[in-house]
Amino acid sequence: MGRVGNWGWAVIRAYTVLVYLFMFLPVAVVVLLSFNASQFGSFPMTGFSFRWFETLWQNEAIVRAFRTSIALGLMTALVSTTLGVLAALALVRYRVPGRDMITTLLIAPILVPEVVLAVALLLFLNALHINKSFGLLLMGHVIFTLPFVILVVQARLVSIRRDVEEAALSLGATPRQTFFAVTLPLLTPAVAAGALFAFTISFDDITGTLFWKPGGVETVPTQIFSMLRNSISPEINALGTVMIVMTVGLPLIGAGIARHLSNRKGG
Amino acid sequence: MSAVTLTDIVKRFGDFTAVHRMSLEIPQGSFVTLLGPSGCGKTTTLRMIAGLLDPSEGDISIGGKRVNDVPIHRRNLGLVFQNYALFPHRTVADNVAFGLRYRNVGKDEIQRRVAAALDLVQLPDLGGRYPKELSGGQQQRVALARAIVIEPDVLLLDEPLSALDANLREDMRVELKKIQQRIGVTTVFVTHDQTEALAMSDRIIVMSKGRVEQTGAPEEVYNTPASEFVATFLGASNILSATCTGIDGDIVALDLPDLPPLSVPRDRAPRIGGAGPARLVIRAEKLDVLPDDAAPDDRYAVAGSVETVDYQGQSARYFLRVGRHSLQAINMIDTHPLPIGASVSVRFRARDCAALPSEPRT
Repeated sequence: MGRVGNWGWAVIRAYTVLVYLFMFLPVAVVVLLSFNASQFGSFPMTGFSFRWFETLWQNEAIVRAFRTSIALGLMTALVSTTLGVLAALALVRYRVPGRDMITTLLIAPILVPEVVLAVALLLFLNALHINKSFGLLLMGHVIFTLPFVILVVQARLVSIRRDVEEAALSLGATPRQTFFAVTLPLLTPAVAAGALFAFTISFDDITGTLFWKPGGVETVPTQIFSMLRNSISPEINALGTVMIVMTVGLPLIGAGIARHLSNRKGG
Repeated sequence: MSAVTLTDIVKRFGDFTAVHRMSLEIPQGSFVTLLGPSGCGKTTTLRMIAGLLDPSEGDISIGGKRVNDVPIHRRNLGLVFQNYALFPHRTVADNVAFGLRYRNVGKDEIQRRVAAALDLVQLPDLGGRYPKELSGGQQQRVALARAIVIEPDVLLLDEPLSALDANLREDMRVELKKIQQRIGVTTVFVTHDQTEALAMSDRIIVMSKGRVEQTGAPEEVYNTPASEFVATFLGASNILSATCTGIDGDIVALDLPDLPPLSVPRDRAPRIGGAGPARLVIRAEKLDVLPDDAAPDDRYAVAGSVETVDYQGQSARYFLRVGRHSLQAINMIDTHPLPIGASVSVRFRARDCAALPSEPRT
């Protein structure tokens, strides 16, 4: 009995390891090969070099795509966080008619496949005779990232006791002053997390972006995508490594800062 | 002059009436307690005074000015909550200073008044700490300091002691009362704890199901309950059905089934209008339980036996069988309580009883 149990656990363990290998090995390969000195992105590696990162830096199209992605990500984060905080406030703190329905609608973009969402928005705007533009791209990203912000901020807002805000009001702060002096500071970790989510999701997104981006505008993911159509150059490995560092590193840094702040303040 | 006046206040939530037509005058500098079980409307009333709820009907005045349309942040009130409600992201000193920052008070003045307030609540050295570094009792003191440092017109306390441990609660009770007397602020205190209410209040308003059952000084509410609810809610009471056989000058004569008749002074039965069904209220502490061979005295005496003893150290609570009545008595004891099954003589004075008209059962 015990022996069979042990054997079963061993299988499960091995299987788990295999799943993780299957998921992360390709990523590791990309990172490794980005430092390969050879012209050809394949093993065995012929030497260690930063040359592909340098060519990356000199490739104007890629630098432009980076600028676009970062600008888009920052704007998405800004708009999405602002709207998300307001929506969460309304849904948690006020009795809004049709609250459950609004919540479902706001969260829906997570549940709908991205392709469907992308096509739907495009067709809708086509029907209104609105052309593709950077604004439309931004709007798409906001719709897609808003649910994450709302979920994170809502969860935090529920845990902020109403009587803390009532105490501030009783002490003479107007509702607006109360928001900025009490609610927002207590909400900061969630707001920061929401903004980071929004930025990374926007920075990473390809499906929606392919549908929504106007001609001539490329983000980093669509740039990689179009480069892959021609050839698999070692440059792409370098670009992939930068993407990985950004999308994994940013949230880690954010979490670290949040933990540091909350330790210091005792909040 | 009254500091707070409620005139014909009604509060409805949808179909539910939380507070039925209620009028109240709270004199300047007094300590008034709204006492009742949960759901009796006491907190709703407090929140209407605070401006956190709007009354459905009626007027609220503070300092002679109608404040129905004045939002909470312009009412100049001190509010203390059960769960302290300190700002977790600010230091103790910043918490206390919060209200002053919205009141055009200079920096030095803020510092001086914060220090004075923290002195008053005996936490002079904790200004630099964050709330989560303090104990519950300390947090509640900070909350009190934060509320009184703005020199509020009215101090509103919403069950401020309920989250504290029993021992700490008693200490805080004494201290809270002391501070209130020192600064002389008009205070409205909400609690479900009769001991707190009796110990601290100038006036108690007993509420039940959204209605005021009785208003009066602590002794008055305790000694002369206006209703069975008040009699049972404040302390342990024995309530016996009785029949009033008539009023003769200062004496109200009562017939008790199974027991000898009893005459209660008129002032202990102010609500009895004449002959008819009535209720006799006897406080458990007023029943003296003696061995049945004790020498007779001038008190009303009935024979009974001890059914159960609840020993509490310096006192004991007896559950007694007297004829077909079950009575409760709480007596101080020297060494041992009387044993279960003992035959006893139960004594009390007629002037320690109160009589009520019989209420229709609902």
